[in-house]
Amino acid sequence: MKQLIGSVFVLVMGLFLWSLVPLLGPSAGYLSTYFTQHGVADNHTANLVTAVVVNYRGFDTLGEVLVLFASVSGATFVLRRRDGLPTAQPWPASEFLATGARALFAPLVVFGAYIFVHGHLTPGGGFQGGAVVASAVLMLLLVNRDRHLPHGLMTWLESLSGFGFVLTGLIGLAVGGSFLSNKGLMPLGEWNTLFSGGLIPIIYVLVGIKVGAELSALLDVMFHSTGDADHQEGQA
Amino acid sequence: MAFLGLWNYWVVIVLMMIGLYIVIARDNFIKKLMGLNLFQVSVIMFYVSMGKVNGGTAPILPESDMVEEVAAHNQPVTAGHLSDTRAFAHHHEAHHGGHEVVAEGHEGIVYSNNLTHVLMLTAIVVGVATTAAGLALVARIHEGYGTAEEDEIYKIDLTGAL
Repeated sequence: MKQLIGSVFVLVMGLFLWSLVPLLGPSAGYLSTYFTQHGVADNHTANLVTAVVVNYRGFDTLGEVLVLFASVSGATFVLRRRDGLPTAQPWPASEFLATGARALFAPLVVFGAYIFVHGHLTPGGGFQGGAVVASAVLMLLLVNRDRHLPHGLMTWLESLSGFGFVLTGLIGLAVGGSFLSNKGLMPLGEWNTLFSGGLIPIIYVLVGIKVGAELSALLDVMFHSTGDADHQEGQA
Repeated sequence: MAFLGLWNYWVVIVLMMIGLYIVIARDNFIKKLMGLNLFQVSVIMFYVSMGKVNGGTAPILPESDMVEEVAAHNQPVTAGHLSDTRAFAHHHEAHHGGHEVVAEGHEGIVYSNNLTHVLMLTAIVVGVATTAAGLALVARIHEGYGTAEEDEIYKIDLTGAL
C-alpha cells in the first residue's frame, strides 16, 4: 500500500518537475555577474567564491554556521552518555589502522589548517578545512576509542570562534557602515598574497576552527554514546 | 535537441524522486534518512550543474597583474548575459575606449557561476551535521523501542507494550 502511494506520488511529482525544467533560464543573473566583475576590486581575493561566502553573503554564512551549531548540539544532547549505561565496547584497532592514523594525524591537521588559511587564494576555505581537521580527529578516535576530546577546549574554541565571527561583523558595521563590511578597518593588501582580502581570511579561519571543533565534537559524542548492542543485551 | 541538452536536470529529477520514494515507502528510519540524503544530493547536483557556464572555469582568478588595473578603473559596468562574466577583458576594453561586451582583451576567461557554488559549499557541511542529528535521533529511538522500523514502533505505541 505504502509502495503504491509512494509510486503514484513520486510519479506525479516527477512529471510536475519535468514540466518545469524547460522554464529554467541561464543561472547567471546580475548578482553573480556583479560578483565576478567586482569581487577582486572590492575584496582583493583571488577566490571569488570565498569573497561571496564571507563578504557578500556573510550574513547567510553566519546563519549556516548557526544551523551547524544547532544540529551538532542537538545530536550531542540526544546521544549524551548517561551514567549507569555501558558504552560500546571498543574493539582493538588493527596495526595498519593504528600506524596509518598515527602517521597521518599531524599532516592532516596541518593540511586542514593550510586549507582554511588559504581560503581566499585557493579552492578551499573554512568549511572544507574544518572538515579535513575533523577527519584527522576521526582517525584518532578510530585508533583509540577510549580517548575523549578535551571538552573544555572544544567548547572554548567553538564559542570564541563564533563570537569572533559576530564581532568582526559588528566591527564592520561600526567602521564600514554595514554588517561584515570589508572597508576601512584592515588594508586589503596585495592581491594574491597570504595577507590580503582584509577581514576575509580572519573570518574564514574562525569559520574553519568552528567547523573543525564542531564536527570533532560530534564525532566524539558519537563514539562515546551509550552502546546500543550492549543495552539490548542488558535488557534480555 | 534542447530536450536532451538539459539532461543534467533529468538526472537530478530522477535522483530526487528516488530519494522521495524511499522516504515515503520504506519503513526503516535509517533508510528513510538515506533517502532524504539522496534528495539532498540531488539538490546539490542541481545547483552545481546549473552554475556551469559553457567553457567556464572555476571562479578563482589566475596569477595576473590585471588586478591593479581593475582596481584603478573600477567603474560600474552594465551587466548583461553570460559573456559579461569576462570581467577583466571587459574592464581592459572599457579602459581603451572599446564598447563591445565580448572583448578579446587581456585574458578572455569565462568563469562559472560563483553564487551556486557558494550556496552548496555551506549546504554540504551543514548536511553532514543535520544527517548526524537525524541518525542520533534514530539511535535513541532504537534504544528505546528496540527497533527502528516505523510500523513496529506504531504497533508498540498502539498497544502501549513498552
